[in-house]
Amino acid sequence: MIKIQGLHKSFGKLEVLRGIDCEISEKEVVCVIGPSGSGKSTFLRCINLLEEVTKGSVYIDGVKINSKDTDINEIRKEVGMVFQQFNLFPHMNVLDNITIAPKRIRKMHEVEANDLAYQLLEKVGLRDKASAYPEQLSGGQMQRVAIARALAMKPKVMLFDEPTSALDPEMVKEVLDVMKQLAKEGMTMVVVTHEMGFAREMGDRVLFMDEGVIMEEGTPSEVFGQPKSVRTQDFLSKVL
Amino acid sequence: MIDFLDAIRFDMIWNYKELFIRGLWITLSLTAVGYVGGIILGLFLGIGKLSKIKWIYYPAKYYVDFFRGTPLLVQILLIHLAVIPSIFGHSLGYFVSGATALMLNCAAYNAEIIRAGIQSIEKGQMEAARSLGMPQGEAMRFIILPQAFRRMIPPLGNELIALLKDSSLVTVIAANDLLYAGKVVAGAYARFWEPYITVAILYLLLTWVFTKVIAYVERRYSNSYIPSQRRRIFTFGRASAGG
Repeated sequence: MIKIQGLHKSFGKLEVLRGIDCEISEKEVVCVIGPSGSGKSTFLRCINLLEEVTKGSVYIDGVKINSKDTDINEIRKEVGMVFQQFNLFPHMNVLDNITIAPKRIRKMHEVEANDLAYQLLEKVGLRDKASAYPEQLSGGQMQRVAIARALAMKPKVMLFDEPTSALDPEMVKEVLDVMKQLAKEGMTMVVVTHEMGFAREMGDRVLFMDEGVIMEEGTPSEVFGQPKSVRTQDFLSKVL
Repeated sequence: MIDFLDAIRFDMIWNYKELFIRGLWITLSLTAVGYVGGIILGLFLGIGKLSKIKWIYYPAKYYVDFFRGTPLLVQILLIHLAVIPSIFGHSLGYFVSGATALMLNCAAYNAEIIRAGIQSIEKGQMEAARSLGMPQGEAMRFIILPQAFRRMIPPLGNELIALLKDSSLVTVIAANDLLYAGKVVAGAYARFWEPYITVAILYLLLTWVFTKVIAYVERRYSNSYIPSQRRRIFTFGRASAGG
């Protein structure tokens, strides 16, 4: 479903991604782990072109997205993203946060969009918060709304950029539970995370990134159980 | 000093009250047209100055540089005596020239305010909107500008007051504005205290009213995004009396 070939990304002279090849198939949950500064987030942001790709190709459903002929807005409709800082729209209530994109972009009718929003809020356990504003919510609630907002576009794949890193510890679980449920329903997910427990439990595959390359990849039991590279062993010994 | 106060004759102002009322009206109209036009044009210029496309960025930048870098008085004379007669073959009157000059000048200052306001919104907001598939323009209109506008209210308010006062410069092209009324009376009686003090007091009154209105708008919008908390401002007296 997603195919990445020879992906390079530089910010000025700083080379953040140095050649990444990766394939992600439908319904797969891929967790990306690694030390900070290893390029995990940049890698994720290249998949929906929030970062311009310096070299290499990214294909989604066979369409090369970093090509001049591709309408990136069409691609992004199918690729949901959840950010570390939630990035809810503070001037809109929860319902409007969720419905604005379906209404404006998918041209969905108001009633239909609201129905969908309530369904999604039910799913993330926040149906009673529809008319609340983001500043009235806790971090965990905001992130669950952000997930609902991304899901409202009915994307084929969801990207999570350290979704629990900005949360107080007691709120991590409520967000992870929503993500687990989503994974069980068969959503294709790419998750950049420091939550090793989640990666181990839910990941179909784990990618360990370091210094802009994928150092090691495999099933969670392979990567966590018998890490091959010294780098991976070193990293895991520090975080586990 | 006593002699001086005795000699003050405000009756002569009263005799010319219609001129002053007309002057007030012209000053307010020029300010209103200049300000509204200045905000609309300033919005395009401000967004233009954020563009990565060179043929949008540079015209916006040079426009702002020119209108902020030259005196408004010079701009008024240029537009009234040179630009408009060259385009239309004749003058279109002081109001068109004056309003145009004020609008073009105000737009340059507003452009900078609007650009800074847009830039002050966290990058994540644009990223979130774009990640949902919104094109740049829609994201700007529905996500960024409504938030940025709140932050622009105080500086845009200052701009309104500055424009009101600067509008007095149109007197040089014989516009019948407030200052011009004072000049006429001063010329008729060869007395200067009464007409110019009257003019000053009237400007002060206008800026005082504007300041109050701006403060109200600021309170209304920069407090909170939550409507129920916004309303609390109005019921504050009652709420505190009850509590």
